[in-house]
Amino acid sequence: MAEASYPPDLKYHEEHDWARIDGETATFGITWYAQDQLGEVVFFDPPGVGKSVRRGDPYAEVESVKAVSDVIAPLSGEIVEVNDALAGGPEAINDDPYEGGWMVKVRLSDVSELEALMDAATYQESLTGH
Amino acid sequence: MAAGTDSLERTPLYDRHVAAGAKLVPFAGWEMPVQYAGIREEHAAVRERAGVFDVSHMGQIETAGPGAEALLQRLLSNDVARIPERGAQYSVLCDEQGGVLDDLFTYRLAPDRFLTVTNASNHAADLAWFERHASEFEATVRDRLADFAMLAVQGPRARALTAELAEANAGDEAAGRDRRELPRRFFAAAMTIAGVPDVLVCGTGYTGEDGVELLVPPGAAGAVWDAVVGAGADPVGLGARDTLRLEACFHLYGNDLSEDRGPIEAGLGWCCKEATGFVGAEAVRAARTEGTAERLVPFAVTGPGIARQGNPVLGGGVVTSGTLSPTLGYAIGLAYLPVERAQPGTPFEIDVRGKTRTAEVRAKPLIPEER
Repeated sequence: MAEASYPPDLKYHEEHDWARIDGETATFGITWYAQDQLGEVVFFDPPGVGKSVRRGDPYAEVESVKAVSDVIAPLSGEIVEVNDALAGGPEAINDDPYEGGWMVKVRLSDVSELEALMDAATYQESLTGH
Repeated sequence: MAAGTDSLERTPLYDRHVAAGAKLVPFAGWEMPVQYAGIREEHAAVRERAGVFDVSHMGQIETAGPGAEALLQRLLSNDVARIPERGAQYSVLCDEQGGVLDDLFTYRLAPDRFLTVTNASNHAADLAWFERHASEFEATVRDRLADFAMLAVQGPRARALTAELAEANAGDEAAGRDRRELPRRFFAAAMTIAGVPDVLVCGTGYTGEDGVELLVPPGAAGAVWDAVVGAGADPVGLGARDTLRLEACFHLYGNDLSEDRGPIEAGLGWCCKEATGFVGAEAVRAARTEGTAERLVPFAVTGPGIARQGNPVLGGGVVTSGTLSPTLGYAIGLAYLPVERAQPGTPFEIDVRGKTRTAEVRAKPLIPEER
């Protein structure tokens, strides 16, 4: 999508990742800002289902034509699903970062970590320094 | 941005890049456009139509005087005596050990006057190297970096589009030259482009497509840029410049060439004429005679993943350039491999950040020449 957007129903991590919380599971992806910085995504290397992820650690890689970047987990837990559609269509990460471009679903191990994430307004404010 | 942008140089086209929405990045001390519309779109524009690149960060060194040819013959690996007037020639600059200091194009502007185009990251060191050797020759060496902006117009439509904007310089028209005839490949001519006189039009490029490079007085760079864009060339950034050159298997200094590698192992023996006695010729001759342990080869990744510069090859060797090829749709690159595994068709494996990716040595260029 051409215009920056940060949906208010999501939680944001400082490494430009978002989480959509649904009870004890959450969906992860990267923000509009992250995909804009990266440029056209050409490859998504997903983690395996069942793998543990820890808040602040990389769990996957995205590659643009030019460079590779780690994707950081905004919360800790166990991966229960990966977005298989990204294997054949990684450009969804650019075109639709909050819906079609979601990366993994995670069963959260510590819901108290949610408190450390930012809301959309706070995250957007943090971007103005860039 | 870690380095801070305050100390970076800007080209005369900086404002146009900003206005065009380019993403600007630090590159070799310059603030340069890495992309405008997107790398893949820009790449396709050059392969299918025409694109224009701002490469004003590249440097120029003028060598002039009765001993200019002899000085360049001493410094450059190729046979400078064979450059005809207005002709261009590719060569490498070697140190005494035969390591590559830079790769460059040299134009003979007049019998005793040459212009050598340097890579931005090497320009200051190249200039010092030229000056250091000049004292032995009846030649003057002059830094011309600030005297030229440089635009590359590349793609199947590039020549026709530039020709529409071209006129012969005033004196040449009287001589009966076709006013819009651009110099052919590896030749150069001073022409009037978009009303700007004394633009050096060079039949060279770095994309694998036909086209020209324009050396323009900096104050007139904007007018030439606007005319070329207005005639239908898409602005193209350094991102697509890299994918285009890699598909064509052109070397990038700092990736595929360095002081630690010689021209023979880099596959550049064709531009080394040891009989001319250039600095480093003895080491190059020894490498040619005795062979080298490794050789630079093009490759394709045959499974998932994209190999990048610095990724080790299993069993020996290293990737020096790697990207996704927008034309081919899979990952390609250049790697130094042990010579016994450097034949096209040979499979090998690359350690890409801890994951083993499969690859295969390919022939050069990676994209077919006729498409």
